[in-house]
Amino acid sequence: MSADTHLPKDAARPAGGTELIRFDRVTKRFGSHTVLDALDFTVSAGKHVTLIGPSGSGKTTILRLLMTLLTPDEGTIKVGDAFLTHEEKDGRLIPAGEKHIREVRKNIGMVFQQFNLFPNMKVLRNITEAPVHVLGLGKDEAEERARGLLDLVGLTAHLDKYPTQLSGGQQQRVAIARALAMRPQVLLLDEVTSALDPELVAGVLDVLRDIARTTDITMLCVTHEMSFARDISDDVLMFDAGRVIESGAPEKIFTDPEHERTREFLGAVL
Amino acid sequence: MNTWSWGYVGDILPDLLKGLGVTVEATLLGSLVSFALGLVWALALRSPSRWVAWPVGAVVEFVRNTPLLVQLFFLFFVLPSWGLTFSPLVTGVIGLGLHYSTYTAEVYRAGIDGVPAGQWEAAVALNLPRRRTWTAVILPQALRRVVPALGNYVIAMFKDTPMLAAITVGDMLFQANTIGATTFDYMEPITVVGVLFIVISYPTSLLLRALERRLVR
Repeated sequence: MSADTHLPKDAARPAGGTELIRFDRVTKRFGSHTVLDALDFTVSAGKHVTLIGPSGSGKTTILRLLMTLLTPDEGTIKVGDAFLTHEEKDGRLIPAGEKHIREVRKNIGMVFQQFNLFPNMKVLRNITEAPVHVLGLGKDEAEERARGLLDLVGLTAHLDKYPTQLSGGQQQRVAIARALAMRPQVLLLDEVTSALDPELVAGVLDVLRDIARTTDITMLCVTHEMSFARDISDDVLMFDAGRVIESGAPEKIFTDPEHERTREFLGAVL
Repeated sequence: MNTWSWGYVGDILPDLLKGLGVTVEATLLGSLVSFALGLVWALALRSPSRWVAWPVGAVVEFVRNTPLLVQLFFLFFVLPSWGLTFSPLVTGVIGLGLHYSTYTAEVYRAGIDGVPAGQWEAAVALNLPRRRTWTAVILPQALRRVVPALGNYVIAMFKDTPMLAAITVGDMLFQANTIGATTFDYMEPITVVGVLFIVISYPTSLLLRALERRLVR
């Protein structure tokens, strides 16, 4: 694997440790159900953060808000220096236009539970589509980048296949390569192994461990794979009922949690 | 009562086949018009602006809920008085295409709705522009799903082409009618027209079913 040569090393990237993501009193409701309740939290650049907690606690909602698949009902989200779904105008915050959202969104990539590869495109074009049509890369350059990433995820032999010809684990690794091809600062991982047969999980997690170890990409990860979370995380956030009830280093959270709800949750999943 | 005459059938067959050519031509051209217009309606109906969606919706409902024959008469007899004159065949193609576009619009709508939400989400996550999302991701997948249903409307349209005889398009029925009017013997010409229709539409429907098995897996 040649991760170092193919992965982003942008000079303009914020130095490790500076704040990259800030949720400021973010509330999200679905109907009368409040999923996130005035949530505050921050993530520093280059950190790997895992969100854990019972289902329905709002973990996936956080990733979907960051990806702009959802819009907060109240509060603001900042990525770097820019508000995600708001613009500053005459000192006031107004809902952002499409242009602003696209500009901020280009720093963020996402890998989905159900892979969501484009079934009408071969593997290679799944990866080159956005670099060509969003970043404006030439076809050759985009393909070279894609080949490098396929090498990283161990699928060089499959670049000419359609997604349906691949196993779930292979599809998910293509989806990871596709997200990385956009060179995002932040990678969102939404239960990326939940839809996989058990024997395929390890291959996907190995690729992600590799990326976590060899790149400076900030990762936000929702997972039920606790040993993986423990391996790659700098920080673990425990969610319950739309709030962070406990956070800290994985060694602390997994071995000596302070909160009763955290103990219960870990007792049920470990 | 007349007895069936194969000799008579042989005599009139060339004229009927010429009519068949016109029928097929009207069907194919009408299909192309309905495929293109239907897609325009389907996309316009999804427009976030109701100043687009609402009027288009009204037109589509109006055309779908009024008879094709009335529309053909309107195009053929009323439009010329406004200075718009087309040949009978062009009028027929416009009429068929417009009428059936209101059905194909519905087919496209279902095809577009059938593309999983995850595909839209992946397009957002990759920051693809809206236009590119439609042309590279959504429509290629939607169109694959709609081919069989569109094919069924082509067959339905094929069987509706005899209405064009009413606006003097020289289709099969028009030819048969003309022959009957001179020989006073309608049995053979009309029967042969029926046979020619089934000879084409039945194998076509079998072909479509095979295509459907291939495409919708």
